[in-house]
Amino acid sequence: MDAFLNQVFAGLATGGIYASVALALVMIYQATHQVNFAQGEIAMFSTYIAWTMIDAGMPYWPAFFLTIAIAFVLGVLIERVIVRPVEQAPVLSVVVVFIGLLVIFNSLAGWIYTYTIKVFPSPFPKEPLHVGDHFFSAHQLGAVGVTLVVLALLYAFFRYTPLGLAMRAAAQNPTSSRLVGIRVGWMLALGWGLAAAIGAIAGMMVAPTVYLDPNMMSGILLYAFAAALVGGIDNPGGAVLGGFMVGVLENLLGAYVIGNELKLAFALVLIVGVLVVRPSGLFGRVHVTRV
Amino acid sequence: MAALLEVSKLHAAYGPTRVLHGIDFALEEGSITTVLGANGAGKTTTLRALCNMVQTSGEIRFGGVRIDGKATEDIVRLGIAHVPDGRGTFVHLTTEENLRLGAYVRRDKREVEQDFERIYGYFPRLKERRNQQAGTLSGGEQQMLAVSRALMLRPRLLLLDEPSFGLAPLIVREIFAIMRTINQSEKVSILLVEQNAAMALDLADHAYLIETGRVVLSGSADEIKQNDAVRRSYLGY
Amino acid sequence: MTPASPLTAASAAPGKSRRIALAVLLLAICALPFLVTNYHTFQLTMVLVYAIALLGLNILTGYNGQISLGHGAFYAIGAYVAAILMDKWGVPYWATVPVAGLVCLAAGFLFGLPALRLEGLYLALATFALGVSMPQLLKYKHLEYWTGGVQGIVIMKPDPPFGLPINQDQWLYYFTLAIALVMFLLGWNLLRGRVGRSLIAIRDQPIAAEAMGVNNSLYKSLAFGVSAMYTGVAGALGAIAVQFVAPDSFNIFLSITFLVGIVIGGLASIPGAIYGAIFIQFVPNIADQISKAAPWAIYGVFMIGFVYLMPVGVAGAIRIAWARIRRGSGRNGQQ
Repeated sequence: MDAFLNQVFAGLATGGIYASVALALVMIYQATHQVNFAQGEIAMFSTYIAWTMIDAGMPYWPAFFLTIAIAFVLGVLIERVIVRPVEQAPVLSVVVVFIGLLVIFNSLAGWIYTYTIKVFPSPFPKEPLHVGDHFFSAHQLGAVGVTLVVLALLYAFFRYTPLGLAMRAAAQNPTSSRLVGIRVGWMLALGWGLAAAIGAIAGMMVAPTVYLDPNMMSGILLYAFAAALVGGIDNPGGAVLGGFMVGVLENLLGAYVIGNELKLAFALVLIVGVLVVRPSGLFGRVHVTRV
Repeated sequence: MAALLEVSKLHAAYGPTRVLHGIDFALEEGSITTVLGANGAGKTTTLRALCNMVQTSGEIRFGGVRIDGKATEDIVRLGIAHVPDGRGTFVHLTTEENLRLGAYVRRDKREVEQDFERIYGYFPRLKERRNQQAGTLSGGEQQMLAVSRALMLRPRLLLLDEPSFGLAPLIVREIFAIMRTINQSEKVSILLVEQNAAMALDLADHAYLIETGRVVLSGSADEIKQNDAVRRSYLGY
Repeated sequence: MTPASPLTAASAAPGKSRRIALAVLLLAICALPFLVTNYHTFQLTMVLVYAIALLGLNILTGYNGQISLGHGAFYAIGAYVAAILMDKWGVPYWATVPVAGLVCLAAGFLFGLPALRLEGLYLALATFALGVSMPQLLKYKHLEYWTGGVQGIVIMKPDPPFGLPINQDQWLYYFTLAIALVMFLLGWNLLRGRVGRSLIAIRDQPIAAEAMGVNNSLYKSLAFGVSAMYTGVAGALGAIAVQFVAPDSFNIFLSITFLVGIVIGGLASIPGAIYGAIFIQFVPNIADQISKAAPWAIYGVFMIGFVYLMPVGVAGAIRIAWARIRRGSGRNGQQ
């Protein structure tokens, strides 16, 4: 029972990471109906930026927040410079551009930092925490905590601030948004910035457990896709819930059923399964296409 | 009175399809002006052209300043509120959020809050439904919401695209009555595009008739009402 | 002078000259292994292998508009089928190629069935997942007896048959060339006629195509199967040429390499597959000298650059340039 609980908890911890990346994907999807295949690599690259600063002697938390800011700017720039020209292009062109970005960030990281793995520090204590009879890794607890704080902040931002409202409006109905004076183009860029910032946090939270290397995020991105699809790719709350569900499921299946070697195949089955059986996910809106 | 809006040689096109072939008209500050015409004459396109939502050429002056070629969101910021055809409701947001978006560009927070009450005064039904998803409102309520959202801008000029479309006569009358109040007590100028010519001419001071992208007739609402051709084709008596 | 005459003259003349040009080109291609080193012959063999794989992906993505980001998986299946048949059952290398093709035809068709319900982006997601998870499937411990696990399988390089006076690399080149010619002829016949038009119709106007009597589902899953078959054949040939298969050489970046190939070569173009293959074979070799990561940086920049500046790819650019030259010369001839 103890082991089981620990597995569940470990699942929640990684699930939080999936939830964050899934949320970043959903934010971009909602606004533009594009899936950002480069989301994971941008997160990975941001984590390297944090590593550089920490390696140069900067304390953890300033490096953490500075990285978030840099990732935000990076996201905005990518949208403005690279994604903007293909906004109206066919799906294939958009996918190719995103894959191009994925490849560029991956190779840049390999070029600058080499492919050898690096140790990334955790801001949380090394000793495990006692809760009753159970031992929990402080980093896992901390990561879950950080994820929850990020989610709460985002919720408050979208729910209670005029800018958050404008971003939601721009994602839903760009034409009407322009008619009330919202600069829709900038809202999209802002969405990209936020998504990149969330990704950076996810990267910095996962790096201490999986170690930092240029391919760190590829599996995580896959789980985030699965999470977003399970929750409904146009539903931020669903994506978060999906992330935690996928994390726990992955850990339990890995520990008791299929073993650790087929975890990615599990994501594949989940993705194809959800897409075929219920493309709108558990909590998504069902779309009807007019012909 | 000075002209608030002056339009000359306005052309507009959707890709290769040209819709407006150089129309001229003006709207006096404080007036209600209506643009009449049959389906496909270019009424909606005229409003869209004013907000640069279609490809246009020609000159548009608002308060003496040229606005043609400016981005839609910048034109809105000058005080032109557009109630588009189809109402443009943000269907997944609440009624109140829709209204809040109408005041998005305003910085006078306190007066915005007062304007909520003013709007709810005009349309009490919106107050009842303030926390409801706007997509679940009835057609009439959505039209009220669209007008209200536009008014939240505190516009100098209100562009109304077929506010009567698809609504019960009773609701149309209610909305038109409120338009008159807004025009008289708040000095908002209105450019109204309507298929219901009789109601539009009752409300308006001036009228333009457009056919296939050209202005074919203009004058005071009363003159237009007396015009034989208009009576036969648009008023039906 | 009638306006039509220069046009007909222009199109009739290249008909004959094109045939001659093709014959000369084929001769040159056959002579190549005697002019370059064995290593370069091997590289040219890989160009042919990639060309077959890219033609396969182009049938699906270029012609039929179904985005696959996971075609490396079918290449892997083809490669492993060939390797396992040779390693475990001693099947001769040449017999493994059609088997690999058939296995991938079935695999592609099966994956294409659920994919039928997926449009554009979602299919890209599903195939991306396939591409990412493939190496892990190949490493699976219960398959290790066949796949050799992480170690993979080593294959013997085949000797030239009938005592031909050529070395192994040259023989492999001709063997691959023969199969490539057959595959391209088949593809050319398939795509030029009714089937090709239906595939394009489904890509551009799915609803209209359905209304005009095209069985969209059948064509789409067939396109998936045939596409996977081509890529599987290429995988088998590639395994034989490289003499080695291992899970990590079939990762998502292989799939991305194929995508790079068709984008740069030219979508929905048969010669585009060849241009793309030349690009993905030689450009990384040159860029490798700068840094291990450089080829990928270049791939990325080229992908984005082509989408912006040359969405028709190299094949399209050559077509446009050729048309311009012809129009120019036609006009000169007229005056």
